[in-house]
Order: sequence, then C-alpha cells, then structure tokens
Amino acid sequence: MTADAVIGRKPPRRRVPLIDGIEKVIGRARYTADLDHADALVGRILRSPVSHGDILTLDVSRARALEGVVAVVTGDDCDHTFGVLPIAMNEYPLARGRVRYRGEPVAAIAAVDAETAERALGLIELKIRELQAYYTSDAARAEDAVLLHDNKPGNVEREVHHQFGDIDLGFAAADLVREETFCCAEVNHAQIEPHASLAEFDPLAGRLTVQTVSQVGYYLHLMLARCLDMEPSQIRVIKPFIGGGFGARVETLNFEIVTALLARAAAGKVLMVLSREETFITHRARPHTDIRLKLGMNKKGRLTACELQVVQRGGAYAGYGIITILYAGSLLHGIYDIPAVKYDGYRIYANLPPCGAMRGHGSVDTRHAFECLVDRMARELELDPFVVRRANLLASPTRTMNDLMINSYGLAECLDRVELASKWKERIGRMPPGKGLGMACSHYVSGAAKPIHFTGEPHAVVNLKLDFDGGVTALTGAADIGQGSSTMLAIAVAETLDISLERVRVISADTAITPKDNGAYSSRITFMVGNAAIDAARKLKALLVATAARKLEARPEDVDCVNETFCVGSGNQSALPFADVVAAALIDEGAISIKGTFTCPPESQGGKHRGGAVGATMGFSYAAQVVEVDVDETTGQVKVEKVWVALDCGHAINPLAVEGQIQGSVWMGMGQALSEETRYLDGLPAHASMLEYRMPTIMDSPPIETHIVETHDPYGPLGAKEASEGALAGFPPALINAVANAIGIDLKELPATPDRVMDALIQRRRQARLAHTLKAAS
Amino acid sequence: MHAPGPESKKRLLRLRLNGRWREDAVLETDLLVDYLREVARLTGTKTGCDGGECGACTVLVDGEAVPSCITLAVRCGGRSVETIESLATQGRLSRLQRAFHEKLGAQCGFCTPGMIMAAEALLRRNPAPAEDEIRAALSGNLCRCTGYVKIIESVQAAMGAAHDR
Repeated sequence: MTADAVIGRKPPRRRVPLIDGIEKVIGRARYTADLDHADALVGRILRSPVSHGDILTLDVSRARALEGVVAVVTGDDCDHTFGVLPIAMNEYPLARGRVRYRGEPVAAIAAVDAETAERALGLIELKIRELQAYYTSDAARAEDAVLLHDNKPGNVEREVHHQFGDIDLGFAAADLVREETFCCAEVNHAQIEPHASLAEFDPLAGRLTVQTVSQVGYYLHLMLARCLDMEPSQIRVIKPFIGGGFGARVETLNFEIVTALLARAAAGKVLMVLSREETFITHRARPHTDIRLKLGMNKKGRLTACELQVVQRGGAYAGYGIITILYAGSLLHGIYDIPAVKYDGYRIYANLPPCGAMRGHGSVDTRHAFECLVDRMARELELDPFVVRRANLLASPTRTMNDLMINSYGLAECLDRVELASKWKERIGRMPPGKGLGMACSHYVSGAAKPIHFTGEPHAVVNLKLDFDGGVTALTGAADIGQGSSTMLAIAVAETLDISLERVRVISADTAITPKDNGAYSSRITFMVGNAAIDAARKLKALLVATAARKLEARPEDVDCVNETFCVGSGNQSALPFADVVAAALIDEGAISIKGTFTCPPESQGGKHRGGAVGATMGFSYAAQVVEVDVDETTGQVKVEKVWVALDCGHAINPLAVEGQIQGSVWMGMGQALSEETRYLDGLPAHASMLEYRMPTIMDSPPIETHIVETHDPYGPLGAKEASEGALAGFPPALINAVANAIGIDLKELPATPDRVMDALIQRRRQARLAHTLKAAS
Repeated sequence: MHAPGPESKKRLLRLRLNGRWREDAVLETDLLVDYLREVARLTGTKTGCDGGECGACTVLVDGEAVPSCITLAVRCGGRSVETIESLATQGRLSRLQRAFHEKLGAQCGFCTPGMIMAAEALLRRNPAPAEDEIRAALSGNLCRCTGYVKIIESVQAAMGAAHDR
C-alpha cells in the first residue's frame, strides 16, 4: 500500500530496517533496568500521601538506622530547583517545606535490597498539615484559592494574549459565525518501559555517571550539575536503549536527580526503577484542556476570523507549561490562511502531577477543536469538508501572520491522496446506518528554530570519525528512543558519501563522547541533526575527493565517489577503491575527525512578540486523514474500521521508518480520541496501571493506510521534514467528525468513550421526546 | 552488607531454561521474571507494568506463552522455560525475529521480546493463523510505538517462512 505510494528516485529508495533492530529482536538491547547492577543499591522514593500541604515533620532517623540502609536523602539535601525554562524552574527533586501533589517525592532511600528499602520507607515519619487542594482549573483560579506558588497570583502560571489581523473585521465579513466549547481529557505517554535510572558516584575521582531514560541527556547533565552543586565536567550522562519517550522524558525528571543524590550520599551505585504507578505519577504529558473557539466563515467555506481561548490544567509545577500554552496558540497558524486570529491562553497550576510535552506538543487539543468546528460549519453551509479545507490553503513559501516560515507545503496533495484512497466522494453521504466517515488535517514543526535552552550555539553538531579500519563513525548527542534517529543519521551519511550503510556506525547520546545535542524533542532530529550529518559527510567527502584527485592526477571537481569507488568522469579509465583513498588520506591526516553543524537562521526563529519563538521552525510537516467508524447506538461503542492518512514529510529518507512513525502517531491520536484519559480521585490517580489507562490493544487497532507526500523541502536534509508527530492531531477531530457523520451527534468531549456517546444519545432522545410532547401539548 | 536473616527459606529450583537444565536457589515468592532477569541474567524479558497487564514479560513455559511477572519461579520446577534469548541459534535469527526486524515490527523494542514470544507460541500451535487469530494471540501484549500495523505484518511475514539460512 505504501511503498508504491512513494514517488521514488531511481534506483528505488531502500526501506532500511533499524540499524539497532537486531539487538532488539534478539533481546540483547540493554535498557536502563537491564544494565549491570549486581553491585548497585536499590533506590526507593517516599511520596506525599496528600495533594497539598506543609511538611511539619520529616524524621528519617529510624530509616537511617535500619540495617542495610546506606543512604537517605530528603529536601534538605538539595536546595536547588530544576525545570525547563530558566525563568520557570520551581520544582525541587524532593519536596522542601510544601508538597503540591499526591505522589510528589519527599524522601528517598538507598539500601542493599528492595525489601530493606521498602521497610525503611515505612520507618520514615512524615507529618503534613493539609491545605486546600485544587483539581480543576476553575477551582484553582477561584478568587480565594490558596496559591500553589506565591509568585503566581490566581494560580495562573502564564497568560498569553496574541492577536493578528483585524478580528472584528474578520467576523463582520463572515456569512456564518459559530462558537463552541470543547474539553479534552488529560492523557499520558504510557511508553512501555517504566522510568529507570542508574547512577554511580565515584567518591575518589568525585565523578558522577548516570545512565537513564532521558530523551535530552545534555539537559539532564546541566540539571544534575545544578542540583548536586557539581562541576559539569565531572558528570557523564549516557543513554542506554530507551523503551519509548513520546515527550515523557524530554524534561529532567525528579527521580533522575534523586537517584544521583542517593548515589552521591551512598558513595556508590544506585538503581532506581519506578513502578508503573510511579511512572504514571511522574506524568509530564498532555494537560486537561478547556477550549472555547469562535470561527467566521463565508459561504464558500473561506475562513474570515478565528478567536480561541485555551485553559490548560498544568499540574503542580511549571515544567514545559509556558511552552505548551504558547504552542496551543501559535500552531493555529501555519496550516491554513486565516485573515485574523485572536488567542487567549491560560496555564493553570493545580494539585496534580505536572504536565509537560507529549507528541504533538501543545497543538493537538487546539487542532481538535478547530477541525471539529470547521466541519460543523461546513455542514451548516452544505459544503464538503474537503472543499472547506481547500478553500483555506496557504501558498508556500510564505510567512504567517505570527511570523512563522513556511518553506514547503504539501497539504493540498495530502488532501487529494486521502480523498481518493478512501473513496470519499463515492461514499460520503451514502454510508449505512451507524457508519460514518470523517476527515481532518494537522501539521507539526520539524524542530524548534529557537531552542528552548537558547545559547546561540549551532542547533546541531555531528562528528564523523574515519580511521584505519575504513569505518565511518558518526558521533551524535541525539537520542534514539526507538524512533530510528540513529538509522536516519547512518543513511544520511552513507548516501552523502555514497558508501555502504554497513560501513557507518552511530554512537549516540553519551555526554563524555558525543557532541552536545538539544535532544529528541519537537521532531528536530531528522531536520537538524540530519542536516548536520550531511554537512559533516560533505566535508569528509571533499577531503577524500581531494586525496583521490591527487592519486588520480585529476582535478578534484572531476572526481566523484560512486558506490565506494572514486573515479574521474564516468570512471571507466581510472578508479580507486574507497579503502585505498582512506589509506592515502590517513597518511596526510592521521585519523580523520570532521565536524558538521546546522543552524536555523535568525529569520526562521519566529516573531518579535512575546513568546513569538514558540512554533517557529524551518519546516512544517502536513497531514490529512480520513477515519471510518462504526458506532453502536445501543452501547455507545465507537469502532474504528480504517484510517487513510497522507503525510508531507518533505522526503522520506527511509520510507519504512516514515510509515512506522505515521502509523504510530495516528494510532496514538486514536487512543486519545477513543479511550485514553487520566483520572484523579482527590488527587489520587485512578488510572495508574496499564489496565486502567486504556490505550487501544491490538484488538481495537484498525488498518492504517499511509501515503507519503514528498514536497522536497528546500532546507530539509535531502529535502526531508519531520514524520513522527504531524499526523497525530488530525485523528481525534477526524474521529469526532466521523461519529457525527455516523449518528448525527457532535461530541464536545474527548475521549469518545461509550459513556460519553451514550450520554449524548440519551440527551438527544430526551430532547426529541420533549419536543414531541411540547408539540403535542400545543 | 547485612547478612540474610535466619528465616531465609530458599528452595532448589530445577528447570530447563532455553534448552539447558539448571538448578538455582529461589524463594517461594520469587517471580519467574525476577528469576530470569536477576538470577539467570537473561534481561531480554522485560517488566513493563506492575503485574500481568502489558505482556512485555511473556515467555514460554512448556511451549505456552505466559506472563512471567505473575508466574512464580517455583511453579516452573521440572518444566521447560524459553525466553527471547533462545530463539536465535548459531547466529541465525528465527523467522519471527527476522520478520520483526525487517518489517519494523519493533520500534523502541521494549515490548518486542514479549511480543515475539507470544507470536512464537501462536505459530507453533497454528502455523498459518488468520489475522484475527494473530490479533487474539497478541491481545495481551501492549505496544506504544507501532499502532500494531507492522506487528501484524511481521507475524504474517514470518508465517511459513523457514528459519534464516
């Protein structure tokens, strides 16, 4: 279905399995908990039993005295906060003075075995004076609410007010104006690997080595230095295999610092493996979001104005909050041409685990509301949903009103592909009872053009080493977390040099060895690290070509490397094998080390308005999808029959991996749309297991037909853009639109669980009966 | 280090692990997954949940797929236990391993050992399962990366395929 959907070059592009795939299928891949920990102590965390309160007593003396306990740490052992933005680091690894959510770490133990560590937890005396706790945005914003953080009145972490274009003029020009509210439940990454960290402190050398699940090793490195008051050069952070991330491990997590604190206190090695419940409590995912959206549209489906209000329940600490609430507004732009846009965003503190970044960061709930309302208005105007989307396309290259660069734009082709593949025109309006089709579009950034931790350095650095063995080793800080970024890097290097893939080795994410990288977030690796890798490979190729030219007594510009052979012109007369050229080059150079970099230019880094950098990228991916559903009106069960999705990823460096990413992101959107939500009872997570947090199983998962659209982005590596996030946000609205098509009900809430669908059906029946009764009475 | 208490009640477990008989002292309360990972040092078998929910720990006991995180090690006395480490022999991937690798049935790879072992049990008892039989056999194994599309394709590719030569 998909390989032939790619318009390939000649010869056809290879579908490359992951370069670390064999280790995964034979069980040899070592994740953090698999690392050698025979001599490690076992770490355990004592967590707050209440949602909000002041710590009156924290007495660890009995725990410390227990035989087999080697170290105990509390908030007294670390008076530095950590977080994401320098202006918003308000979280301690272990609570100091006050706890703000149920499950917040309060103390930690390192002991000789798990049993002892757990017994020691029970010996800690903790007394807390409870404060009023808030579990909804409204409650936290109430006038008399206790503040979670003294410097944040109203418990508002951040307000955003952006306006572009003349909003009044826009609505005045509309033939139809509609305003609706939407509510999207909080969801979680639920990566299958529970959180884990292995920290070793060498008291003789004064050095700390941490192997952990981080997607952004260098940032953890900096936070460890900050929180442990250590010289950064004495720290090393190594990424083992990682069992999924999806944003869960983008920010430094409390348990990672706690494990390091324990290792130092114990002067040894500590393994901390969190339970699934603790992994859920650590959270950092997509917040519960309330949305009010108003759109203006003319009779032809052209949008005239958009007014959006978003309230995100951010949890107890800042984390990524400011970025998330900015994304929710800025990514209204960049997909359609809307003449006027007003955005008001509110990020609220509440007594729940902190939210953070999750696949489609900030854009998903906004996109959901937008695509649902557009569809409903199209229906009122008797316009086809595809027609309405086509009426609002952008023309690239362009700059949006909020100063985002659009350099390539394949949404029109995505629409064509899924409309055709799903046989939309033949089937829409002719579906049997209970069955429906829905569609929606979405987009996402290929990395933040202004990094979150801005230093002015290049956005990515890749080192290549070529040595006596003829192997090319790529050193990158970029974390392969299963998305296949190391494979992408190997392909980019091999293609640029025109050498076999087997000759390339990738060493990733070890802060002692690999150059700093901003990490695996905002789908930046392919675009930024890919470009840096190609830059390095081109420089290496130039060096080898120069050597070959000398040997061949030709001009360098006449020499090329084709399939590991350096030749002049067509190569019929004189040619040199790769190994000979490497040997000759080493005589001049010794072992060759070459650096490639990539930098997003200032003009790509967003607008000058406050928060204008968030959403800025060198390349947006675009997606359109059609979802077919079957709704059982007796149970409220929504079943997804099939999905057709097209993604403009610029160029599929590895079509196999691109398909995998599209399918995975669409499916994750399906989970949010159908069944996934976190729920808390007085702050106690009611979802914190794989049974209660209902992600779709293989039984609920439909065929997902993928189509790759290639717009050959002018700045992307080999023309590529991101492929891992862009298709996610389109699924929830496409599903809700399909449900509307099937049973005529417009759901306001995500997920579309059977109880919500039944409530809506019952309400409709009641209203129908009432109308009937009123009519009969009159 | 503190000394183990006098109450330590380990018994001898004798089982065939990946084709070889071995004996180890275990507690009656030790779970099979912990025995495999901590005693036998076979870390291919993963723990993804707090008990019996995700399937990452799936191994074969006498050829049947079981979650090793809710199986007591002592229950495997005298029985044959197979883990992901047993499938590749003499440098050859099994048909399922090759298919999961080539078809991208594994992304992050954390659910993969359990997924492959569950599929292995299926193909042994049913060499040519229909798609709904594949789905039913893998319904206790959660994956967060693939959306399952390429997992189903991987199992189908492995069906009937001979071991890699």
